[in-house]
Amino acid sequence: MNIHEYQAKDIFRNAGIPIPAGDVATTAADAEAIARKFGGTVVVKAQVHAGGRGKAGGVKLAKNPTEAREIAEGILELTIKGFRVEKVLITPAADIATEAYVGIIVDRASKRAVFMVSPAGGIDIEEVAAATPDKIMRLPVDPRYGLLSYKAMQMGFFLYPDLKQARAAAKIMQQLYQAFITSGASLAEINPLVTTPGGDVQALDAKMVVDDNELDRRPDVAALRDESSEAPSEVDARNANLTFIKLDGNVGCVVNGAGLAMATMDLVKYYGGEPANFLDIGGSSNPEKVVSALRIITSDPSVKAILFNIFGGITRTDDVANGIVTATRQNPLTVPIVIRLTGTNEEIALKILQENGFSAMTDMDEAVKKAVALATGKAA
Amino acid sequence: MSIFIDNRTRLLVQGITGRDGSFHAKQMIEYGTSVVGGVTPGKGGQKFEGAVPIFNTVSEAVAETGANATVIYVPPMFAADAMMEAADAGIPFIVCITEGVPVLDMTRVYSFVRDRGARLLGPNCPGLISPGKSKVGIIPGQICTPGPIGLVSRSGTLTYELVFQMTRANMGQTTCVGIGGDPINGTTFIDCLEAFEADPDTKAVVMIGEIGGNDEQEAARFVKEKMTKPVVGFIAGQTAPPGRRMGHAGAIISGSAGTAAEKMQAFEENGIAVAKRPIDVVQLLRQA
Repeated sequence: MNIHEYQAKDIFRNAGIPIPAGDVATTAADAEAIARKFGGTVVVKAQVHAGGRGKAGGVKLAKNPTEAREIAEGILELTIKGFRVEKVLITPAADIATEAYVGIIVDRASKRAVFMVSPAGGIDIEEVAAATPDKIMRLPVDPRYGLLSYKAMQMGFFLYPDLKQARAAAKIMQQLYQAFITSGASLAEINPLVTTPGGDVQALDAKMVVDDNELDRRPDVAALRDESSEAPSEVDARNANLTFIKLDGNVGCVVNGAGLAMATMDLVKYYGGEPANFLDIGGSSNPEKVVSALRIITSDPSVKAILFNIFGGITRTDDVANGIVTATRQNPLTVPIVIRLTGTNEEIALKILQENGFSAMTDMDEAVKKAVALATGKAA
Repeated sequence: MSIFIDNRTRLLVQGITGRDGSFHAKQMIEYGTSVVGGVTPGKGGQKFEGAVPIFNTVSEAVAETGANATVIYVPPMFAADAMMEAADAGIPFIVCITEGVPVLDMTRVYSFVRDRGARLLGPNCPGLISPGKSKVGIIPGQICTPGPIGLVSRSGTLTYELVFQMTRANMGQTTCVGIGGDPINGTTFIDCLEAFEADPDTKAVVMIGEIGGNDEQEAARFVKEKMTKPVVGFIAGQTAPPGRRMGHAGAIISGSAGTAAEKMQAFEENGIAVAKRPIDVVQLLRQA
């Protein structure tokens, strides 16, 4: 789960990390009032779940409250990488001497949380890694001991030759590690970590991604979810316990299992079509899930054909068949449907479908070809 | 032969009285797996299906039954503890089916299990099956048949699809292993490839990967450097957008890393025949 910059800043601030003040506005008038409260030059920052906000015109300086209002008005009308901007964060502009990068990710290779720090901050860390890999220090954390002080100091000195600043950075890293662990994060990032002309070390930006699997035991973190910043169909799917990701094509896919769902999308593409979505109904065989899945898929006007691909293992194909019958009785389909199912209780499923006027196939390639032909209007 | 499990496997089921645990315990017993005990705290002394003894703790179960493997079907928030309990009780092979285990839990479990010398398969995996001998997990037994092909995969139902197509083409399997779709899992592709290379009955290997991470790329280098047996590969997620978690927690393209194209290229460069479609695996195995 992604959270906004202002939410991550609250978490970091509570962990003790020095972060300049900031307030969130949803209207231009609020933005003006906040800018007036802070006085002087402020930064207006779009709060969306997308990187590259600056390049997209979502981060701007405002010299006075009137300018803050005008700028906020513009930013609040932006759509950045498909996400509508609903909120802006207003913070006083800081004087910056240097910019560094501090991040923690869960690293698959070392199977641990790993710190990545670099004195070259303020830009995309992937770019730093590609151009100047020697400017990045990586340090895995043993979960039994946490971030030991001497290791934090190693990283502090990698960023700053000055002892006082190295110590300040080391302290921030330990606080960041605490915030990372207690929030159940899979990523926590400060970019940039700045020094001011006066020598203070401060976090000017904050990013955190929370592991979805942590949310059940961390209701306070789960409450940070901002559904207005997600596609409505994805919110609907999550509430129905489905994994759904909207794509640009016109063949709506309903599949059981993530790997098979991806392979089905790939096969749609292989046969000249474009998948409209990724949708995994999961391992259990609950007809309700099929009903929800069909509702979500058919609400997308770009879908021209629906493809079911079910390999019954734990999933009983007769349950899926019943779900299809129920769903289409409630909401008759306006686009053609191609059903492929095989495996557990296949004979019963085929009988249920036939009795209700559906035909079904057992071969995956044939089913995909047919769905693509129907979606592109090339069907015989 | 086969890898990791065979007819000497004596299996415990952790969470044997739960909805999933009880269903699959029955399926495993029907398949012929030697299920010697179950663990559900508070139900010690009872019997599952009137035959399999249930224990309160794993260490008790091991002492009484001599179990040498365990399979875990407990809810995600308790799975980390269950894996560590099994390792502490001295079980050398631990399979965790549970999906949704927090990844930070896995950073602790991974070193804990390794320090005790146990092998962990999963979590978030379908388990494994050595057709005709033993099945541990949830892979449907009826789609498998004994034979000379080893199969290792990050996926569940996609594995079933491929096994099914192989079985229909009379290509039986020594062992089919699902290593799971999480970012941190106990057993990697390389662990399985190494075991298949050492297994005299395995003549060829199918490796099914997906987007996210670089396990497949490392496995491809291993194939080139260390394996004499032919390997056929398939990668799911060629049409997956970057930055989105495609169902499996580990199936995500980060920035520009972990794409299907990158993995397929690594396969080709290291002598692994790449199937463009799942069905092509069968044809490539015939040529191997």
